[in-house]
Amino acid sequence: MAHSARRDSPELPDFSMLKRLVKDQLIYLLEQLPGKKDLFIEADLMSPLDRIANVSILKQHEVDKLYKVEYKPVMSTSEQLCFLIRPRIQTVKWICDVVNADKTAGKCRRYKLIFTPQKFYACEAVLEEEGIFGDVSTDEWTFNLLPLDEDILSLELPEFFQDYFLAGDQRWVRTAGTALHLLHSLYGPFSKVYGIGRCSKMVYELWREQVEEGEQKAHQAEIGKVFLIDRDVDFVTPLCSQVVYEGLVDDIFRIKCGCVEFGPDVTSSDKSVKVMLNSQDKVFNEIRNEHFSNVFGFLSQKARNLQTAYDKRRGMDIKQIKAFVSEELKGLKQEHRQLSLHIGASESIMKKKTKQDFQELLKTEHSLLEGFEIRECISFIEEHMNRQVSMIESLRLLCLLSITENGLLPKDYRSLKAQYLQSYGVDHLFTFVSLRQLGLLVEQQPGDTLTVMESKVGKLVNDKTAGKLTDAFSSLAKKSNFRALSRKLSLVPKSDEEYDLRVPRDMAYIFSGAYIPLSCKLIEQVLERDSWTGLEEVTRLLNGHEFAAAGSSGADLSEKNDAQRIILVMFLGGCTFSEISALRFLGRERGYRFIVVTTAITNSSRLLEALLDNHV
Amino acid sequence: MAFITANWNPLGEAFYRKTELYEMCWTLRDGLRDSLVAAAPYGGPIGRNIITPPVAVLSVSVTCLSVFQWKSGPVVQLGWTVSDELLCVQEDGSVLIYDLFGSFKRHFSMGQEVVQSQVLEAKVFHSPYGTGIAIVTGSSRFTLATNIDDLKLRRLPEVPGLQGKPSCWVVLTQDRQTKVLLSNGPELYILDNTSCTAVCPPGLSPQAGSIVHMSVSFSYKYLALFTDTGHLWTGASLYLQDKLSEVDTKKTTTPKQMVWCRRPKSQQPSVVLMWDRLLMVTGDPCVLVGELDGVRIISSVYQELLQEVPLVCQDIFKIASMAPGALLLEAHREYEKSSQKADEYLREIKEQSMLGEAVRQCVEAASHEYDTSTQKSLLRAASFGKCFLTDFNPDVFVSTCRELRVLNAVRESSVGMPLTHTQFKQMTLQVLIDRLVYRQFYQLAIEICHYLKIPDYQGVSRVLKHWASCKQKDLSDESIARAVCVKVGDSPGVSYSHIAAKAYECGRTELAIKLLDFEARAGEQVPLLLKMKRSQLALSKAVESGDTDLVYTVVTYLKNEMNRGDFFMTLRNQPVALSLYRQFCKLQEQDTLKDLYNQDDDHHELANYYVTASYREKRLDTRLSLLQSAVDEYNKAKNEFAAKATEDEMRLLRFQRKLDDEKGAGLLGLSLQATMEALLALGLHKQAEQLYRDFRVPDKRYWWLKLKSLAEKEEWEELEKFSRSKKSPIGYLAFIEVCMKCNNKYEAKKYVSKVTPEQKVKAHLAISDLEGAADAAIERRNDSEMGAVLSRCTTQDGSGPVKPKRPHSVAQKECNKK
Repeated sequence: MAHSARRDSPELPDFSMLKRLVKDQLIYLLEQLPGKKDLFIEADLMSPLDRIANVSILKQHEVDKLYKVEYKPVMSTSEQLCFLIRPRIQTVKWICDVVNADKTAGKCRRYKLIFTPQKFYACEAVLEEEGIFGDVSTDEWTFNLLPLDEDILSLELPEFFQDYFLAGDQRWVRTAGTALHLLHSLYGPFSKVYGIGRCSKMVYELWREQVEEGEQKAHQAEIGKVFLIDRDVDFVTPLCSQVVYEGLVDDIFRIKCGCVEFGPDVTSSDKSVKVMLNSQDKVFNEIRNEHFSNVFGFLSQKARNLQTAYDKRRGMDIKQIKAFVSEELKGLKQEHRQLSLHIGASESIMKKKTKQDFQELLKTEHSLLEGFEIRECISFIEEHMNRQVSMIESLRLLCLLSITENGLLPKDYRSLKAQYLQSYGVDHLFTFVSLRQLGLLVEQQPGDTLTVMESKVGKLVNDKTAGKLTDAFSSLAKKSNFRALSRKLSLVPKSDEEYDLRVPRDMAYIFSGAYIPLSCKLIEQVLERDSWTGLEEVTRLLNGHEFAAAGSSGADLSEKNDAQRIILVMFLGGCTFSEISALRFLGRERGYRFIVVTTAITNSSRLLEALLDNHV
Repeated sequence: MAFITANWNPLGEAFYRKTELYEMCWTLRDGLRDSLVAAAPYGGPIGRNIITPPVAVLSVSVTCLSVFQWKSGPVVQLGWTVSDELLCVQEDGSVLIYDLFGSFKRHFSMGQEVVQSQVLEAKVFHSPYGTGIAIVTGSSRFTLATNIDDLKLRRLPEVPGLQGKPSCWVVLTQDRQTKVLLSNGPELYILDNTSCTAVCPPGLSPQAGSIVHMSVSFSYKYLALFTDTGHLWTGASLYLQDKLSEVDTKKTTTPKQMVWCRRPKSQQPSVVLMWDRLLMVTGDPCVLVGELDGVRIISSVYQELLQEVPLVCQDIFKIASMAPGALLLEAHREYEKSSQKADEYLREIKEQSMLGEAVRQCVEAASHEYDTSTQKSLLRAASFGKCFLTDFNPDVFVSTCRELRVLNAVRESSVGMPLTHTQFKQMTLQVLIDRLVYRQFYQLAIEICHYLKIPDYQGVSRVLKHWASCKQKDLSDESIARAVCVKVGDSPGVSYSHIAAKAYECGRTELAIKLLDFEARAGEQVPLLLKMKRSQLALSKAVESGDTDLVYTVVTYLKNEMNRGDFFMTLRNQPVALSLYRQFCKLQEQDTLKDLYNQDDDHHELANYYVTASYREKRLDTRLSLLQSAVDEYNKAKNEFAAKATEDEMRLLRFQRKLDDEKGAGLLGLSLQATMEALLALGLHKQAEQLYRDFRVPDKRYWWLKLKSLAEKEEWEELEKFSRSKKSPIGYLAFIEVCMKCNNKYEAKKYVSKVTPEQKVKAHLAISDLEGAADAAIERRNDSEMGAVLSRCTTQDGSGPVKPKRPHSVAQKECNKK
């Protein structure tokens, strides 16, 4: 599909420096424990670590054996044990058990705990309580940002979402602030910072604090503007089914740390293949942002092109063939391999999706977004649950229904909840508690909003405690107002017009032309106005907490400067590949380049799974 | 000027000079006899503890700062810390700390066992770690503390054969280790943390006898040993390997004091020995203080400095010296007399092209001189010589002038800090300012900061901070807070928390809190607030800061400090802290969590807690009773839905157990749906039916369930019977689809006739009966359905098993007619 780039796109900054910095720090930390040592790595740190330092680098620095942290007794015979972990109490407790077991066995070893990205007092308190604080040494590996692609940086902290938004635990906010500060000091100074959401504001303030404390080194800015956004500003977008290629691959095969494992059904052999999905993969780079319906056409075109390139060989003399083999063949072979993988993946996606009545599902989603034929949608969801199609999918539809409808009618809420519990067990009561807390699945309050307010306030007077006060307000704040927002920002295009997915008009193409993601629309609007003015009604519906501030002094503000067209968007609580695709599209249209910083890549299943095992 | 060398005494190749620093004006009844005296190095203060009558006197060189009654027990040793505090080591091992003005600050003990065995001797020493104390007890054991601010007592191993106290001992600091060197008769031992090693200084003649006195140099590099036969051995103290010299002093009495007199880069280190009434010291009893570059001699009348004459001074002032500096000085002198000889001298220096060197020498010599007029004449000579140089860097000259001015100011007898330039350089300006501040010379300190143009946060701010801390001792809270704020304002680098800490030390908590309000950094506020037991305030400050770690620190502190009830109440008012603590409890202390909810009357969370607990429980009875508690709590929380769901769960569990017992079905823990599925799979239709009724399962769900289960088991007859049992709530299209999924087209066909007219087309399509579908579509006259049929026709055209008999065009026409 032909995109008309409005202006020449500015060059993206080079993020390989980030990798180098953390790699050097890791090596330094490993060298702090001289001699042979065994390294225990937290399971969810394995893939990120692999992006930074592979096994041979670790071996060079005298790491003998590598283990995954599995909460089991340690079999290692090494004199020195090194643990590379997230600052989680559970892991620290396990290490305490290991050390104490060694103590009773009379074994004497050296232990080193490397917390990443930072250590918490709570962890040290556990070490102290278990009486091993003096036996271990602790360190921090400030591994804040992992470049997943040339325009995606991830904090790789999926728990940010449930810790902050569900448990109200702000432990990672500082980490996010530090990450922003790192980017600022390497690629800044930023000229302008916008944001929306409570967490964004905190991150902004923590970053400011760090800027003021540290000294400012003036250099050429490579990133101009920054936009911070909380995930709870827009829950609708991550709950929709993704239909852009990269998003679909993530929904179905799960992309982990920029890498996906294609099973035998894709590779059409008996082996699984791990593939890095990023802009290095030429075929992927061209289809990642495409609507799935275009992908097949593109792939077959590509296959034909490849064939002609191969066919060129025929009429060649020896010399030309030699040149062909040495110059082109390798590239062609690789492209061939990539092509066949992506064709395999697309076929597999097609198979899976047709099996599940994907069209029906999408139709329901679109009706929900439009606010059309809600009764039919509810019965579709009921049937979905009754037939036990999928635990997560049903939940997803329920949430989508609740958000778009501003909560369910009490009658529907009860009956749908009861049916869900019958299908998947009563332990999901907790899931519903979590969902309500997040405002993802709520009951409409009887009567209009005013009386709700009154009753809440009345209760407050009785309670008189500050804690209850914030609780009450936050639950008040959880109103989604999706319908009003959708009208204000015209998120749902008029359905009577035909939408040509080959030539997208706007960002709605990432949801088959049915919906423009709220998060991306906000970013577009604010960048267009260069402030929040004119969006007062919208921010009121989104429950405020918006801000716009000039960045640090010394930033070059002239629009001509290329850096001013590079915009860093930080999603607190995760973002989806669809949103990234939408931003890439927006960038091409307006001559921007977006860099996405996220606490983790998310999608509907990750979002909801995070809420499932919260209590048990 | 000619007499400058008058007080020089040659010793070996070097000269020594004695400079009178101050005339002491303390009124002594008995001189220094019968009193313990301690003076701090770097021109530090002097402390005396007179035994009869028990009085302690603190003075700075000349002026007496304070005299106070000594009420405590007998003192064994006095000493000064690096921050100018007086340490008094008592016989019972307790150590009292006083500030310069005689007010008591704190005390600590050198260990329990000392109380009985008593301290025989003690020494105060300085190392990179701070000020340390070493004692030897009546039971001949040594105890060390390397830093009194971070007190860690180390009991050193026993010394073989030692009875009572050793004949003499010193503390050495080497290789980051603190050791004790001691002699017991002729033997010499080194004691470190773990071992006691006997050593023998090389080259000490065997007939030298036993060691009765030893001394270690200021830098811990050199050691001097004095034996009872009058031999003096000097050498490097490190492992005692190098011998420097051995002298027979022909004195068999033990010297009272023996101190190293050397300076950095000294030509020859030498030792000053003092006997009762002998050697270069007047008859009065006096005290020697080892300094970096000499020895301070304090007697009842004078305070003097004995030092090796610096090389550059020797060069300039030695009689008939021809050093360039000496010539320059002479040239300047002639110039002042307006004599043409000045030119001759100058030319002489210039011919050797040594003028730069000459200026440098004069500047350096000036810095070593104590007398201001000598300083002046040297500096004038330097400045004179400078005029004839084109490319001379004036920085050294300027800085020396400045520093000398500062030094002269602090040497004033009213300030009384006899610092030499070498000492000043070693000590650094920061420390000098600190010491001035300890003595409350705030004005002077600020003047110096301004004069030397020190950045505010290093200089003035520090002074202000101390001033503010000190100020608190006398005024009312409000006025002090205001006064401090006015004066300190926003000076960079002033830490209000520090001032507040001082206020708290003085027992003025309210003031401390007021001052803390000015502190911007929460990380600094919170620990002090905790110390002051203002936990509520600390908690809210921590929460405000947004730093989870800080919040957690406070929470842990509170948990240990308060009783449970108060603790929970405190948390209740801080939702952020509460949620943090809940997170922690979920992982660490489940029971606390329950108490927490109980206290809060949070029935809902309590119920959730019981449910969670029930999942961890293996035994069914306990599980049920936990769930019952949950139901009660849900009811209290008025959450009927959850109560009912939990009751249902209990019912289901009981039912499952019954069936498990009867049939061994293995149902326990399954969801209702899964239970029914399992029952149907086992063919237990009756029981499934019972569940369906008991739990009011929606008809649709049950029909879907049964339909699927029957189809999977391929019980087609049952299925047909079931379809006829009543009108299907899920319609009959579902039947067709399920049958088709099990690849049974024959069965599927049976239900086509039953579907509603709207679904007819779909039903036909599902069984790939395109013709039927087309007929149905035409009958219903529906465009879109027609289209659906058509699209199926094209995909299957040619390859499909079923071909529509009528060509497309007919169908198309039929359509168009409508």
